[in-house]
Amino acid sequence: MMHMSQSTQPPNALAYRKPELLAPAGNLEKLKFAVLYGADAVYIGGQKFGLRAKAGNFSLEDMQEGVRFAHERGAKVYVAANIIAHNEDFHEMEAYFRSLQEIGIDAVIVADPAIIDICKQAAPELEIHLSTQASATNWQTVKFWAQEGIPRVVLAREVSLDEIREIKKRVSTEIEVFIHGSMCISYSGRCVLSNHMTDRDANRGGCAQSCRWKYELYEEDLEDAQDQGGDMPRPLFAEGDEAFTMSSKDLCMVEHIPSLIEAGVESLKIEGRMKSVHYIATVVNTYRRVIDAFCEDPEGFTFQEKWKKEIEKAANRPLTTGFYFGTPTEDDQIFGAPPKMASYEFAGLVLDYDPGTQMATIEQRTHFRVGQEVEFIGPKRENFTQVVEKLWDEAGNEVEEARHAMQKLKMKVQKPVKPYDMMRKEK
Amino acid sequence: MNKRKPELLANARDVEEVDKLFEAGADAVLVGDETYALRMPGNFDLRMVQEAVKLAHGRGKPLYVSMNALFHHEKAGGLEGYIRMLDQAGVDAIVFGDPAVFMAAREAAPGMKLQWNTETTSTNYQTVNFWAKKGVSRAVLARELSLAEVIAVKQNSKIETQIQVHGMTCIFHSKRELVSNYLRFQGSARQEDGHESQLFLKETTRDAHQYPIYENRHGTHIMSAEDICMLEHLPGIVTARIDSLFVEGMFKSTKNHLRTVAIYRQALDLLQEQQDKVVHEAWIQELQQMQPEGRLLGTGFYFKEQIY
Repeated sequence: MMHMSQSTQPPNALAYRKPELLAPAGNLEKLKFAVLYGADAVYIGGQKFGLRAKAGNFSLEDMQEGVRFAHERGAKVYVAANIIAHNEDFHEMEAYFRSLQEIGIDAVIVADPAIIDICKQAAPELEIHLSTQASATNWQTVKFWAQEGIPRVVLAREVSLDEIREIKKRVSTEIEVFIHGSMCISYSGRCVLSNHMTDRDANRGGCAQSCRWKYELYEEDLEDAQDQGGDMPRPLFAEGDEAFTMSSKDLCMVEHIPSLIEAGVESLKIEGRMKSVHYIATVVNTYRRVIDAFCEDPEGFTFQEKWKKEIEKAANRPLTTGFYFGTPTEDDQIFGAPPKMASYEFAGLVLDYDPGTQMATIEQRTHFRVGQEVEFIGPKRENFTQVVEKLWDEAGNEVEEARHAMQKLKMKVQKPVKPYDMMRKEK
Repeated sequence: MNKRKPELLANARDVEEVDKLFEAGADAVLVGDETYALRMPGNFDLRMVQEAVKLAHGRGKPLYVSMNALFHHEKAGGLEGYIRMLDQAGVDAIVFGDPAVFMAAREAAPGMKLQWNTETTSTNYQTVNFWAKKGVSRAVLARELSLAEVIAVKQNSKIETQIQVHGMTCIFHSKRELVSNYLRFQGSARQEDGHESQLFLKETTRDAHQYPIYENRHGTHIMSAEDICMLEHLPGIVTARIDSLFVEGMFKSTKNHLRTVAIYRQALDLLQEQQDKVVHEAWIQELQQMQPEGRLLGTGFYFKEQIY
């Protein structure tokens, strides 16, 4: 007995189940990077029934390869089929879900109850997750969907951390929340600005982001508004003022991962099927490290500023914690010209490394040259920076710069690198 | 010829308006408490609901109560208690969007009729039938459907369908205080001059359109730039056996709202007698004259193609 108690952890030691880190993948390349950089699961869009009409999207063949790649590395693949359907959209939907089931897709993300029903009938083995587009904001609603056989609900982005704790106390349904990326400023699914202003159906992938446009705000007396004539509307802005707009800063919860894990959230989701490979790799890599660091030693965990800095290297907009700690204010919106972000860009991809010569083979993604400082990032390891000292092209000629997209070059690196490591440079 | 009349439904600002709406020819009236309902012309506390039910039932007509908000933890716990009180008051149906209301109603008032209305996401007959299987008695269809889509939903669904035939529609709902945020960002405060005022947005490259915008406890709401007017198209709607036709009273004076309902009443009655040429040009003109300056009457999405 003595021996046993000595070898186990003290009874009050904190231990948390690791939540899933769920990353977006707009295409097969992004899927591979997301998985290699530490995503436990990725979500993708098919050719149909998803909300990102322009996100590249996967053919069934690509899906098959993506599933094989992910499953070999212990990661899952979800498919978003989160449109709000019209009558005409049901054509071929059953066959689609049957194909997804056959391919081995791990779950579909659905918003429209009609699609839930169709999926259940056509592909009973396929797990269904409720999309954030359904705007689930309370535990009673989560329970409703649980009774419909939905094992996981993606909460509305309007739910606070306290509300998540309450939901987790009341229901055993898996809870998925967004931790990073762009946000609808409306309740998701409850905005048809795009339909009215551009005839594009927002809830079927046509969103024109009309919320981020510029508007003028006016006030008029109600009597004047109801009857004709009367005073002119008064502008609620002066000349030179910034325009009214409804552009949200991007969500970033990198500093609050422990709170979300303590609340019992099962899946932490990154937004951005349209984002670049560099963005996906950087963001996934960082959250992977934060989650691992906390779960390995919850009591000894301290947040490191370098994680925030790393996230900022790929950020497209200023960052906010959204609704997690209260209703967002003017400080969580962007007025006027958006500030320049993303100080770094993807310069080259490591294809190969020879430990004997310390030479890396690099495929060019943006122009770089000898004398420039570059930074290498790779899955689950520390970044390092160095200066590009010498460059050789494929024929072995020494060159001054990497001019051509996808050009293969060799350069000496100061620390070992691996295929799929990335080289970035300051813009 | 089809002799079945659709229900003419209107929402009301106060108890007096409920009575007058019935007088003007409404078959049913919808009211709501701002705590639970989104975008109603007036705020009905429980006592007002009780009075409205009495008035409605005195005329042999139904009274519906809207509870179509999205509920957060703070309010979700109170749903059952409120529904129980509505049930005791004799309310004929509850309108909901959040499944939490459905869950609460099943517990608190199993016999209560439920009407499903999420504004933007009731777009196909299969979803309508999903709710039909759950015992919901009516679906309020999204305003972004074409008339052909509406008719197909009606033909393929097992429960009542309701569409909007007149007035403004909601096109955006955020939980954020987007007007206050902007004014705080500008460092300006709105001057309260005692007048009831209305705000609107203009998109700077399309300055003909004015989108009403306002804030309340549920966040920020943006409304359509045009009012729907389907008076001329009532024959097709009646032939398609759409069950309920809604006239929106938001941001309208009682006088104009009542007159609008009366015109639709006359048109529907006339349609029972003769199917062709039921719309008097004078009615259209009268409806147009009621419109505030710069606010057009249109047919919304009923005859529009959308892309995506």
